[in-house]
Amino acid sequence: MKPIYFDNHATTQLDPRVLQAMLPYFTEHFGNAASRNHAYGWEAEEAVEKSRRQIASLIGANSKEIVFTSGATESNNLAIKGVAEMYAEKGNHIITAATEHKAVLDTCKHLEKKGCRVTYLPVMGDGRIDLDMLRDAITDQTILISIMYANNEIGVVQPIAGIGKIAKERGVLFHTDAVQAVGKIPVSVIADNVDLMSITGHKMYGPKGVGALYVRRKSPRVQLTAQMDGGGHERGMRSGTLNVPGIVGLGEACAIAQAEMPEESKRLQAMRDRLRAKFEVALDEVFINGSMEHRLPHNLNMSFAYVEGESLLMGIDDIAVSSGSACTSATLEPSYVLKALGLGDDMAHTSIRFGLGRFNTDAEIDYVADKLISVVKKLRELSPLYEMVKEGIDLSKVQWTAH
Amino acid sequence: MAYSDKVLDHYNHPRNVGSMDKNDSHVGTGMVGAPECGDVMKLQIKVNPETGIIDDAKFKTFGCGSAIASSSLATEWLKGKTVDEALAIKNTDIVNELALPPVKIHCSVLAEDAIKAAITDYKVKQGADVSALVQAH
Repeated sequence: MKPIYFDNHATTQLDPRVLQAMLPYFTEHFGNAASRNHAYGWEAEEAVEKSRRQIASLIGANSKEIVFTSGATESNNLAIKGVAEMYAEKGNHIITAATEHKAVLDTCKHLEKKGCRVTYLPVMGDGRIDLDMLRDAITDQTILISIMYANNEIGVVQPIAGIGKIAKERGVLFHTDAVQAVGKIPVSVIADNVDLMSITGHKMYGPKGVGALYVRRKSPRVQLTAQMDGGGHERGMRSGTLNVPGIVGLGEACAIAQAEMPEESKRLQAMRDRLRAKFEVALDEVFINGSMEHRLPHNLNMSFAYVEGESLLMGIDDIAVSSGSACTSATLEPSYVLKALGLGDDMAHTSIRFGLGRFNTDAEIDYVADKLISVVKKLRELSPLYEMVKEGIDLSKVQWTAH
Repeated sequence: MAYSDKVLDHYNHPRNVGSMDKNDSHVGTGMVGAPECGDVMKLQIKVNPETGIIDDAKFKTFGCGSAIASSSLATEWLKGKTVDEALAIKNTDIVNELALPPVKIHCSVLAEDAIKAAITDYKVKQGADVSALVQAH
């Protein structure tokens, strides 16, 4: 039996309806959308334009403002590097946050080596940035603010409208990596004053390898230096033959999300809340990481104190989730997102991320809750830390032997 | 990450889990690691005063599956050994027995440290015992 999939922040299963929409564009309608002189090209272009409209409709944009890419990593690179290069004469300062995805953080680090100055805003204990701190960080050299819409680990939603307002007042461009939010919660580039927005297909039941960047065309008209040179596709911002089947899939995924979001988000939130309640009833010393109020409906990130994350995952090998534990990461460092919230390494090691999705069921919630509770109890029997705490020992006062 | 069958076996059926009275003069307790590092091992030995042989060993571990397996295996090996024989257990023996990958070698090092810490505690206690006896007389 395949493990129960509760890792929908990593990727999602392709919706069969999306697959059906894509299939003809691999075979019969295989044309190049840039072929202007025959029917193969026209039908491909028509499909691409339909997708543009579907995406634009979901985020409140105009379809001319959608630039197709290979995914959100490329969208983030194009947005941040593209702005840094295009507006280099205006300034060289970028503001981002400590809890951003690596695709944003590493792009910023790259630009620092090229002479840009980057401010990495800290987050508050609930995972959100402080708007006053953002205001204070803006200088006359600031050209871009890049703050994610919702976090991939803790699901915390940033005050996007507030950031957009500040950016507009100060004449600074605002980019948001919105891969976790688009299709899950209502998003509007107009209401939120967003200038650039990264989107990807595979986080919203669409295909991998396709994404988009929203680039505002009016007030202000955002310009970008292309990061990929070639045939001048996508208004010169992103050359390369369009991935028509992928683009069709992304569009269809957006259309489905838009139609079903109100119902789906309610259902997932109820499931998420039930999962949380089950843990809190059955176990002591469990803690939520990040704001519950400003949070994606399908995310739960909890620390199961005194139980190390990897050993917990080992006991639930029929459930696919992620841990903030160092042992599960390539770097052997615990989650930098959880540490940015002020969590100690000890608590970060005990965290589990649950990402619910469209194809999860109530029965799976019950199974996952029961299984996890029993493994946590078993591992706490094994845990010297849990034993010490039960004996009334304050772990912070213990002299540990670091290694 | 794929775990070896032996690691899985110790994880699923840990041997000698538990605690002994750390104030017992024949019990040596070793606690190594730190919560911030993601590993804490507590290992205890009980030495028979007549024979000098480790009669019992117990562990509790906070850590990954390999850390749990390393300490579980250590308790199995400790039982029946003299203190000096126990000191000869090397982390590489644990690595080989459990087929630990390079990234998990620190788990075996921690287990060796725990053995040594437990024995040191036991030896110190034996010394302390003698002075206590002298005072009583």
